[in-house]
Amino acid sequence: MQQSTYIIEVQNVSKYFGEKVALDNINLNVKKGEFVTILGPSGCGKTTLLRLIAGFQTASEGEIRIAGNEITQTPPHLRPVNTVFQKYALFPHLNVFDNIAFGLKLKKTPKQVIEKKVKSALKMVGMTDYEDRNVDSLSGGQQQRVAIARAIVNEPEVLLLDEPLAALDLKMRKDMQMELKEMHQKLGITFVYVTHDQEEALTLSDTIVVMSEGKIQQIGTPMDIYNEPINSFVADFIGESNILNGTMIKDEVVRFAGHEFECVDKGFGENAPVDVVIRPEDIYIFDPSDAAQLTGTVSSCIFKGVHFEMLVQTKEGYELMVQDYHAFEAGREVGLLVKPFDIHVMKKERTCNTFEGKMIDEQHVEFLGCEFECLPQTQFSAGDKVEVQIDFQNVILEDNEEDGRLTGEVKFILYKGNHYHLTVFTDWDEDIYVDTNDVWDDGDRVGITIAPEHIRLNKL
Amino acid sequence: MRRRNWSLPYALFLLVFVVIPLLLIVLYAFTDEEGAFTMSNFRKFLMHPEAMNTFIYSIGIAIITTIVCLLLGYPAAYILSQKHYNTSKTMVVLFILPMWVNILIRTLATVALFDFLQLPLGEGALVFGMVYNFLPFMIYPIYNTLQKMDQSLIEAAQDLGANPLKVFSKVILPLSSPGVISGIVMVFMPTVSTFAIAELLTMNNIKLFGTTVQENIYNGMWNYGAALSLIMLLLIGIMSLFTNDEDNAQNESGGVI
Amino acid sequence: MMKKILAKGYLWLLLALLYSPILIIMIFSFTEAKVLGNWTGFSTKLYSSLFSGGMHHSLMNAIWNTFVIALLAATISTALGSIAAIGIFNLRSKARAVMNFTNNIPIMNPDIITGVSLFLLFVSFGISQGFTTVVLAHIAFCTPYVVLSVMPRLRKMNPNIYEAALDLGATPFQALRKVILPEILPGMISGFILAFTLSIDDFAVTIFTIGNEGLETLSTYIYADARKGGLTPELRPLSTIIFVTVLVLLIVINKRAEKQQKE
Repeated sequence: MQQSTYIIEVQNVSKYFGEKVALDNINLNVKKGEFVTILGPSGCGKTTLLRLIAGFQTASEGEIRIAGNEITQTPPHLRPVNTVFQKYALFPHLNVFDNIAFGLKLKKTPKQVIEKKVKSALKMVGMTDYEDRNVDSLSGGQQQRVAIARAIVNEPEVLLLDEPLAALDLKMRKDMQMELKEMHQKLGITFVYVTHDQEEALTLSDTIVVMSEGKIQQIGTPMDIYNEPINSFVADFIGESNILNGTMIKDEVVRFAGHEFECVDKGFGENAPVDVVIRPEDIYIFDPSDAAQLTGTVSSCIFKGVHFEMLVQTKEGYELMVQDYHAFEAGREVGLLVKPFDIHVMKKERTCNTFEGKMIDEQHVEFLGCEFECLPQTQFSAGDKVEVQIDFQNVILEDNEEDGRLTGEVKFILYKGNHYHLTVFTDWDEDIYVDTNDVWDDGDRVGITIAPEHIRLNKL
Repeated sequence: MRRRNWSLPYALFLLVFVVIPLLLIVLYAFTDEEGAFTMSNFRKFLMHPEAMNTFIYSIGIAIITTIVCLLLGYPAAYILSQKHYNTSKTMVVLFILPMWVNILIRTLATVALFDFLQLPLGEGALVFGMVYNFLPFMIYPIYNTLQKMDQSLIEAAQDLGANPLKVFSKVILPLSSPGVISGIVMVFMPTVSTFAIAELLTMNNIKLFGTTVQENIYNGMWNYGAALSLIMLLLIGIMSLFTNDEDNAQNESGGVI
Repeated sequence: MMKKILAKGYLWLLLALLYSPILIIMIFSFTEAKVLGNWTGFSTKLYSSLFSGGMHHSLMNAIWNTFVIALLAATISTALGSIAAIGIFNLRSKARAVMNFTNNIPIMNPDIITGVSLFLLFVSFGISQGFTTVVLAHIAFCTPYVVLSVMPRLRKMNPNIYEAALDLGATPFQALRKVILPEILPGMISGFILAFTLSIDDFAVTIFTIGNEGLETLSTYIYADARKGGLTPELRPLSTIIFVTVLVLLIVINKRAEKQQKE
């Protein structure tokens, strides 16, 4: 058998819970000794992926290998991995020593060896002399340390950590982050770490895997992910960012916010619609001068400890977030400048909504499980399958669910400088994307209407 | 009015209808019919082989009943609590339901069953009837602790290399011990203190300690009856030392509906 | 899969064992034979004679008494217990511990001890036993359960809502009625149901407190009947009716609770 350089190989893995797709064709390779963080908002499938690797759940499709051995169906107690659970999962009927010795005793390790190993594991996590303590008498941070000791004492090839710091307070969390990083270096084993905290991921990892809606969005080093986000979701999720609609005029020239800018990206073709990402700290802010690419008025200025965070309304009607060490008070006229290499251009994933539909009669088409009126047409006859296209700005959201033909829930909101780009999860289980100037909240229930003249029908 | 004073009427009620009556048992047990202090009631019990034998026999029956209930009830509670067996809440209710039917009707139904199957009424019927009457009291508390158990503890054990058997013996069983203990108490106590049930199940051939108490009270031997009650109370007091009473009371009443 | 079938099979076997006695009674409630076990053909005569009264006047009386006692005891227990729960909840921790401990005594005590102790209470104060003493005794062992049902609702309640009501201009009484009462109502209802069924089912405490004035409840009637050497045949349809009622009631309540939980 060929020797693999990867300790964990996840190939084409999908996981379904009934109808729901929790993981959709995941491919991930982890090198030996790496610190990998799986990052994403809640419900993105990151914990499910970890549980598949640990063996608490089995993949619906695909294959998982650890150290070259196929273990997709192997029960957890036979896998060479150990887990640190989110809420510690310490055994309340055992004291600290017996908790840590649990795995070693099962392996029938000699008593003296157990004692030695438990002691050194406790030392590793800075909990020397706590052997006889009842686990319920420990603080959250101490319980966390015992949970880590209980896992690493078994010398696993891979340590899986499921949001281990989520239950700790901020100060404690920062300290534990540093300790985890040190521990990783000392132990030299592979860490797979699940979190929803982007800052934690950036601090700890060698590699970050960004997930959303059961799919991997991007895999890369923290620097890559931060500086070169692959799409608007990653850009928005990692750090603060300004995300704007733009057009790639030609190689190294992009137009957005009403102006043309020089940039370093190429290969998009001419006049291609793109998303433009600029980090707020990459925008220079100064009193109006000839050097300014954009001019505008500061609408708010907040002190954030190290820097000031300002919102600037440009003359063209775009809102940009700017971070700087100097304050420009609200109401002040300012000039803005962005350097070419700070402009990140990303291919748009989609430029309009596309669905598969079916003609009912000349004036009605069915898609997303509902019947919609469309302009009279002669190209198609009843029963024909058609491709339905609707531009983002032509989808109308209604407060009142009954007012819409279709209902759904606002799932993801992206501010694009002068409008919001929403992802609405319809009750037909498909997403519809909407551009709007109205303010909606995550989780809002909405009715959806589309005017007949805005429904474009194409041959499938 | 301060709201804490709202507990006063009930405090008074508890004093009159719970505390004083219990003190009266003690008072009667240590006095004779004229009201003078005496130990003769207890002496009578110790000297009287019949009462003593009934006492020991009752404890024996209660122990056997408790063991049978535990052996039958634990697996049932375990299966009911495991999600992957997909048992519905209604199934749990079906197990608890007999508790809600009058104990005499249940007992007479058992007698009817034995008659119908033409089985002799006797010790066998007695144990069957007791198990039948009190099995739900064993299943419910065990089910409750198992059901509340944090699933991640089981996963943690698996993760640390425990096979299913070890997961059960090292984690599930020790963690369910509070439920087992309260189940034991809740079966043992009513079994050891029943009266009338045994007579019905054995055609008046076997008498349990509860009946001895009741007969003495009924026949006007209040002081002796009180002494016997106190002995039973002592036995139960010793028994309940094993359990945390607050937890138990909540297990018993909470969530049945 | 095999394991699953075995596990389910075990549960059903146990249920069959638990329900076989009741099933026998139900089956033989539809025949006329005086002795249980003799099948003399299908008949609903026992049901009609149960309701026609007449010769079984005393049985109807006992049922009526049981019902009235249960209703009275449950109502008073619920009122007393709910007020007590609010009081106990607001006590300082030491006094609260004492109250909780005392409250648990009737629950932990075997019925026979409760019965004997109340019997001694009534005789030593020369109170003649009858309807009133039975109701008092039932209140004594039912109220603790009401307290235990209401208490968790109080603990779960946001401690500030009472103050919020006062802050918004409610008088203490209004705050209690409009804010606290709705919060603890579910606990009161389940406490009431619990008290009601406990009272109906009770035998041990009743027999010690009922006296010998001829008052009978269902339990004492069955007991006397059984001691005379046989079950009145009309008790078979009665048991069947009681059992089916309880079964349907509990399953309906549970299904509803399950549905609510899902929502």
